[in-house]
This record gives sequence, C-alpha cells and structure tokens, in this order.
Amino acid sequence: MARRHHPVIRLAHWLSALGLLLMASSGLRIFNAAPHFAPKGEPPFRWWPWEGTPVPAWLTLGGWLGGARHWHFAAMWMVIVAGVLWLGWAFLHGEWRDFTPRRGDARDVIAMLRYYLRLAMQHPRQGKHNALQKYAYLTMLAAAVVAVLSGLAIWKPVTLGWLTDLMGGYALARWWHFLAMLVLMALTAVHVFMVFSTDPYALRAMTTGGYDAERFSPEARNARPFVNLRPAMLPLAAAGAPPPSPSTMETPDDAA
Amino acid sequence: MTPRDRRILARVRELLDGGRARGVLDRRDFLRLSTLGVGTAVLSACNSAGPERVQSLLTGVGRFNERVERWLFDRERLDPVSPQLRAAGSRFPAYHVADQTPVWDASTMGEWRLRVEGAVRAPLSLSLAELRALPVVTQRHHHYCVEGWTAVAAFGGVALSTLARMAQPTSDAGYVDFQSFDDGYHESWDTDSALHPQTLIVLAKDGGPLHVDYGAPARLHGPVKLGYKNTKYLTRIVFIPERNGGYWSDRGYEWYGGT
Repeated sequence: MARRHHPVIRLAHWLSALGLLLMASSGLRIFNAAPHFAPKGEPPFRWWPWEGTPVPAWLTLGGWLGGARHWHFAAMWMVIVAGVLWLGWAFLHGEWRDFTPRRGDARDVIAMLRYYLRLAMQHPRQGKHNALQKYAYLTMLAAAVVAVLSGLAIWKPVTLGWLTDLMGGYALARWWHFLAMLVLMALTAVHVFMVFSTDPYALRAMTTGGYDAERFSPEARNARPFVNLRPAMLPLAAAGAPPPSPSTMETPDDAA
Repeated sequence: MTPRDRRILARVRELLDGGRARGVLDRRDFLRLSTLGVGTAVLSACNSAGPERVQSLLTGVGRFNERVERWLFDRERLDPVSPQLRAAGSRFPAYHVADQTPVWDASTMGEWRLRVEGAVRAPLSLSLAELRALPVVTQRHHHYCVEGWTAVAAFGGVALSTLARMAQPTSDAGYVDFQSFDDGYHESWDTDSALHPQTLIVLAKDGGPLHVDYGAPARLHGPVKLGYKNTKYLTRIVFIPERNGGYWSDRGYEWYGGT
C-alpha cells in the first residue's frame, strides 16, 4: 500500500491538532476574564456584536484565568514545533507546490462545488488535494500565521511593540487573535466533518500512512458526504486483461 | 462541604449565571473557584499522578518561558501610547485586596514615608514632599491587565531609576520587592524591569493628585509588567538578591508577568 503522508507530516498534523485544541480552549478561558475588545473608556468595539458576553464554560480549559494562561503558554510550543516541522518539510521536499495558487484553480473550485451540489455526477480528478481542499488548507495556514503573530503581539506588547503596532494596536491585535482562532476552528470542524463523512480512509493515511488511492480516494469512490464510503471495486488483474477503463470505476451507487 | 466552600460555590454559580467580568475583583473569585476545584478534583476522582504530572509539566514550561521572556526583554524599548487612545479617566478600574479602601491615617500611623532599603548603599526614607521635590516626569502609559483589557492613563511621578541612583543598589540586588499598606500586598520584580525608564513611583494621575482609589499616596506603575505586578499604596521598596514572590504570584499567576 502506498504511503500517503510522510511520518514528519503525520507527527506535525497530530501535534498541531492537539496543540490547536488546547490553545483554543485555554484561550477562550482567558478571553472570558474580560470578554470584550474595547479598551477601558473607549466605546464598544465595532466588529464584535457580543461585547461583554463570555463563551460557555464547557468550551474552556484551565479552570481559572491563571491556570488557563499556564496551559496557553505551554501549548504554544506544541503549535510552534508543529509549524516548524510542517513548514520545514514542505519547503525541503517541495510539498509547498501542492499549495501554491495556480491559474485554473478557480475552474477546479467550481468543478468541485458543482460536484458537491450534485450539478455534476463525476468527482473531478484533481490529485492528492482537490482545489477546495487546497484553499481550505491555505486559509488555515494563513490564519495560523495571523494567530501566531497576533498572539506574540498581545503576549509581549512592549518587547514586541512593533508587532503590536503592525496589528493596529493591542485591542485590535486581540481581535485578530480571536478572529484567526474562529477561522481555524471553523475550518477544523469542516475538515473533521469531511474526513468522517467522505474520506474516512484519510484517518489511516494520517496515522499509519497507508492509503491506496486507486481504491480509497474520494475520486476513485466517487464520494460525497455520506455517499460511496465503501472502497472502489477494482477488476481482478487477470493476465492479458485490458487495463481498467475509467467506466468500471464510475458506477455511482448513490441509491445504496 | 464547609460553609466557606458553600459560599464559594454560590459565588461561582452567580458568576456563571451573571456571566460578566467585574474588573479585577473577579480574580479573587476565580482563585477561590480554583482552590475549590483543585481540592475537589484531588480528593475525588483525579487522585492519580496524571493531573499532578501535567501541573509540574506546566510549571516547568512556565520556568522556561520566563527565561525566554527575560532574554527578550530590552530595557531601552519604550511603550509609546497612540495619541488617538483616550485616557480611561474614572473608567480606569480601581481595586485593592483589603476589605476597605486602604487610607493612610497620619494621626494613628504617623507620617507616610517611602523607604528604599535592602541591598543598597544609601537607604532612603522620603516624605511625600521630598518625593515631589525630586525630578517628576509625566508619561502616558498603557495599563495591561492580565485579564486582557487595557486602559490608558497619564501618570506623573518619579522614575524608579532616579531613586535607584540615589540609593545605589549593590551589585547582587537582582530583585526589588514593592510593599504596601494594602493588607500585605506586595510584588517583587527583576531589577532589570524595575529600572526601565517607564517604571514610575506615581504621585499624580491624569493631571490631578493620585486618588486613594488608585493607590495614594504613591503607587508603582510601569507598562513593562502586567497590572497585578504594579503595587499600589506603596510603603517600602526593598532591593533583594533573591525574588520574593508576590500577592498574585503566590496565588498561581506568573511571577514574571512581563509584557
């Protein structure tokens, strides 16, 4: 079985998954200590309609403000290590090319949207990551960069004052930090939904690495959320038999 | 459950229901919540080594972070306040740890004096008038609260570096303890942060004399430390060779608390 993801990528993935979860939950507990963005004496913050409303306690980690800060400033190293691993690997091995925007991406995004909206019946063949995935991951990467920079800006607003200025000041840096967290959590939720509803084989690919794209990939299975979860059937490789034509793999059993 | 625990639980419920952060007073409630929560957890389900191991791991990372922070710190880097930001004025939160606002009563407590002592060659004992006679600077400061809010104020006072030049700390005075008459409140700093040009012994706020709500007769304020490190109702500044914790630092907040 072919290896889908290198061990370094798998390690970085699970490290950042756990790290982000700890960061978001402890961060929300820190937020709850002062759940508003406007500085004292300034009018309510314009870009947050729920000024003064804390988030539900069950979403939070740390128990109290000081405890949550200890978690937050410990888990930040997990995220930093994961980020360095992933970025280093992607650049050393050229995987960043999978994520560089290209001409034709818009067409591929539209093709994927048409497929998910059932305007097209065949899963577009776009390789390891389809165009929607590519831009979802790119957005997460950008949000992670914003989260790290804005996080440093509110951790060290004096020592790294230039970064705080870059963010538009302390209150806005806090807002960028919160916004980046929202984007990361929303896309994480979409990612987890798509794994379980459409490509559960990705779970194995991201743990042991094994993945047979010919049988398991969503395009081979013609999979949409909750549709065609079973592996694609391949014709028995009999001696002298003609190579499998695409039509043998395109038997949508949507009704099943 | 003791009556104290019941009282804490009632307050916790009120906090969870009411849901609004009420300035710094909340910290004390969160603290009570944490002592209750940790105690209950240890006594009941989580009596294994697991959570404790996590706690010691978090403490270890915290110590490492402090080294990183002290390495990042630059005494020359100032914290300017954008002219667009308004001073919080009376919206600047006020708090103290004593049950009542600490007021220095000269008839019973004698004349208020600020002492600068410990590992210094020339200990000082200054009256308010003597402090005012020293070079006074006025600076607009950010106040960075550990809770995440900020407030701006124009503070007038004597730079701690001025007092240090007079008192001449010895070379082993790596730390400074700022003590108060607010029910034993104190916080110790690293001398490096204490000698930052914006670390002031504040005598005036927003153009007027410092009000008792904000720490009169004199308070410490420097933007290089989080709000809780800035002792109000000052009485003594003690240079010491070892750190001496602090009111909130001893209750689980980071001792360094740098910004």
